[in-house]
Amino acid sequence: MADEALFLLLHNEMVSGVYKSAEQGEVENGRCITKLENMGFRVGQGLIERFTKDTARFKDELDIMKFICKDFWTTVFKKQIDNLRTNHQGIYVLQDNKFRLLTQMSAGKQYLEHASKYLAFTCGLIRGGLSNLGIKSIVTAEVSSMPAFLEYNG
Amino acid sequence: MSSELFTLTYGALVTQLCKDYENDEDVNKQLDKMGYNIGVRLIEDFLARSNVGRCHDFRETADVIAKVAFKMYLGITPSITNWSPAGDEFSLILENNPLVDFVELPDNHSSLIYSNLLCGVLRGALEMVQMAVEARFVQDTLKGDGVTEIRMRFIRRIEDNLPAGEE
Repeated sequence: MADEALFLLLHNEMVSGVYKSAEQGEVENGRCITKLENMGFRVGQGLIERFTKDTARFKDELDIMKFICKDFWTTVFKKQIDNLRTNHQGIYVLQDNKFRLLTQMSAGKQYLEHASKYLAFTCGLIRGGLSNLGIKSIVTAEVSSMPAFLEYNG
Repeated sequence: MSSELFTLTYGALVTQLCKDYENDEDVNKQLDKMGYNIGVRLIEDFLARSNVGRCHDFRETADVIAKVAFKMYLGITPSITNWSPAGDEFSLILENNPLVDFVELPDNHSSLIYSNLLCGVLRGALEMVQMAVEARFVQDTLKGDGVTEIRMRFIRRIEDNLPAGEE
């Protein structure tokens, strides 16, 4: 089984790779984020298929979100989501106090602006997973301080 | 389970590279470069975790690569065969390659070396322990061969401690 370290390095290399071949500027930044998000989407779709092969049918949307927060997150990031909030009208906020893909970066405000590059893939991952479970969503992420405090709005 | 994350992510990466670069050769080069960048960092993780001492010769190195490193990161133990008489080349035989689970090569990508990242990783990691090597695929199950075979060739010992450059 591939070690977490290998995946982290691959992910970082992917982010660098995508940005290396792009030029500067807002538009390019957006394009890179989209590329990473799309890659995450494909992976999320595939992963959720594998994970839910043998699980029972989900009762409702909340059940699915709980699955994402517990089983899915644990399998991908070796820990559960720390906090799940919802307004029961389609918005869910998932909070991860120690997001694995960012723990390697130094704490402090200086790298905050770059954090979004490292979140794009994961947003796609969630969106892809939900998509194959029949849920269309928009997933955004926010980092308020490193290492991350993340919010996903599904 | 997490090996599937790696496998699927790798697949998404290769797919994206095939879109970005027009020909297979360029994708192969990119994969090798990325692998190299990963390798130069992975070696630190490996040395910290495995407690393996200095290897005294290429044979020991081969053993460590196959029995410790591959096992640790990919969960497989390739076998080591086909040593050259001079002891400077050997083959790693992978009965199954986790990178290619669920993968089929389409016809128009016959010169794509799908798992080329691995060659870069090996090259980068070994460079950090003062060994210049060449790694290349000579057999690939994706192309219809029975096994996957990586040929490793020792080029020379790196004597100077030049800082690692990123490519």
